[in-house]
Amino acid sequence: MTTTPDTLNPRLQEIAEDFAALPDSERLQLLLEFALDLPPLPARYAEHPDLLEPVPECQSPLFLAVETDDDGSVRLFFDAPQEAPTTRGFAGILHAGLDGLDAEQILSTPGEFSAQLGLQDLVSPLRLRGMAAMLARIKRQIREQRQH
Amino acid sequence: MALPYDSAAKFQDYARPEMLVSTEWLAEHLQDPGLVVAESDEDVLLYETGHIPGAVKLDWHTELNDPVNRDYVDGAGFARLMSDKGISRDTTLVLYGDRNNWWAAYALWVCTLFGHPDVRLLDGGRAKWIAEGREVTTQVPQRPRSDYPVVDRDDSTFRAFRDQVQAHLGKPLIDVRSPGEYTGELLHMPDYPQEGALRGGHIPGATSIPWARAAADDATFRARNELEAIYAGEAGLSPDHDVVVYCRIGERSSHTWFVLHHLMGYPHVRNYDGSWTEWGNSVRAPIRRGEAP
Repeated sequence: MTTTPDTLNPRLQEIAEDFAALPDSERLQLLLEFALDLPPLPARYAEHPDLLEPVPECQSPLFLAVETDDDGSVRLFFDAPQEAPTTRGFAGILHAGLDGLDAEQILSTPGEFSAQLGLQDLVSPLRLRGMAAMLARIKRQIREQRQH
Repeated sequence: MALPYDSAAKFQDYARPEMLVSTEWLAEHLQDPGLVVAESDEDVLLYETGHIPGAVKLDWHTELNDPVNRDYVDGAGFARLMSDKGISRDTTLVLYGDRNNWWAAYALWVCTLFGHPDVRLLDGGRAKWIAEGREVTTQVPQRPRSDYPVVDRDDSTFRAFRDQVQAHLGKPLIDVRSPGEYTGELLHMPDYPQEGALRGGHIPGATSIPWARAAADDATFRARNELEAIYAGEAGLSPDHDVVVYCRIGERSSHTWFVLHHLMGYPHVRNYDGSWTEWGNSVRAPIRRGEAP
C-alpha cells in the first residue's frame, strides 16, 4: 500500500487504511456506509440552497459549503440526492476525514488522495474526478475566506 | 424457456412489443422460473441501497468492459459473467436501472452483441418501480451457477467503429448528447476542462436529438407516435436508412439505439461506442462546432 503519512491527516489515513484492508467486494459496502452517514444540512443551508456552491464535475448534483471559524477550524457541509449514493459516499468520506480540522490540515491534503482508497477498479474515473473536484473547491473556498 | 410476453396495450404500437415489460407484469412474474431480473445503474451503489427482490446486479464498469483494452468482454468472459449470475442461454432476462434505463439499455445492447435470445427492458425502470411503492430489498440473491455457452460477440450488425463512421459521413448520424456537448461548448467546465476529449463539437452531418427526449417524465418510453414525431419528423429518419448513433462512450446512444431498432423497427441501426471520447481525440477526424449539423 502506498501512503503518504506526512500529508494525510490521521482520520483520512484511517479511512484509507479501512478501504485498503477490504476485498473489492466489500469496498462498495463501506462507501455506502459513508453515504448513509453523511449528515443532513443544517437549517441555515437547507432553507437557503443558494448559499451552497455547486460541483458540476460530479456526475450527480452535489452542493457544498465551507465555514472557517475564528479559531481556524473548518466546517464542511454537503448536499446530494439520496438517489446518488456514490456521490454521497464521496462527500461522506470528505466529511468524516476533514470536517472540523484546521485549515492547514485540509489544504495539505493531496488532491489525488482518492487513489489511496482502492476504488479505481470499482468506480469510474469520472466519478473519482468528482471527489477531487470537491476537495479542490473546498481548498479554494478556504483560501478565499482567509483573504477576507 | 421464455416467459409470456407482456400484452400491455401501449407496447402493441411498438415494432417489437416483446422487448418491454411493465412493472405490473414484472410484479406478477417475479417468482417464475426461467426469469432473471438484473439491475444496471449509472450510480454503481444504488443496487446496494435496495433493489427489486431477487434481482442481481450487472455492473457496466467492472463487468461488461474488458479490464485492460477499451472493448467489451469477449465470448468467454460473457459466458463466465452470465454463469456467475445464474443466467442461462434460455433465460428471460429483464433489465432495469436508474436514469430512464440509460445503463440498462447499454447492458441490453451488449447482451445483444452476444445474441442473448430473450432480453427485455422494464419500461420506466427503477424510478417507476419505486414511485409505485413496490417492494425493494437489500438482500442479495444467491442464484445457483449456470452453464452459459461461449458465444462469439457479433460486432458487425449493431456496432460501428471509427473507420466505419468515417466511411458513413454523409449518411444519417444521430448525436444524442446534450446540446452543450453537441455545439462544443461543454468542454470548458472549471477545473476539468477536458471531460475526456481534446476537442469539442460533433461529427459533421450529425443531427442533435438528446437521448432523454425518448423518455417521458415517469422514465417510461414515449408512445410510438411521439417517437415518430421526433425521429422521423424532426430528424428525418426512415426505416430504410442506415443509421449510426453516438454519445460520449456509447451508453446514452444505446438507449436511442433501442428506440430506433426495437420500438420503431429500423433494421439498420448501429451504435458507435467509441463515440466522442474517441472521435474528439482522433487526429484529423473532421469536427463541426456550433448548432448546424
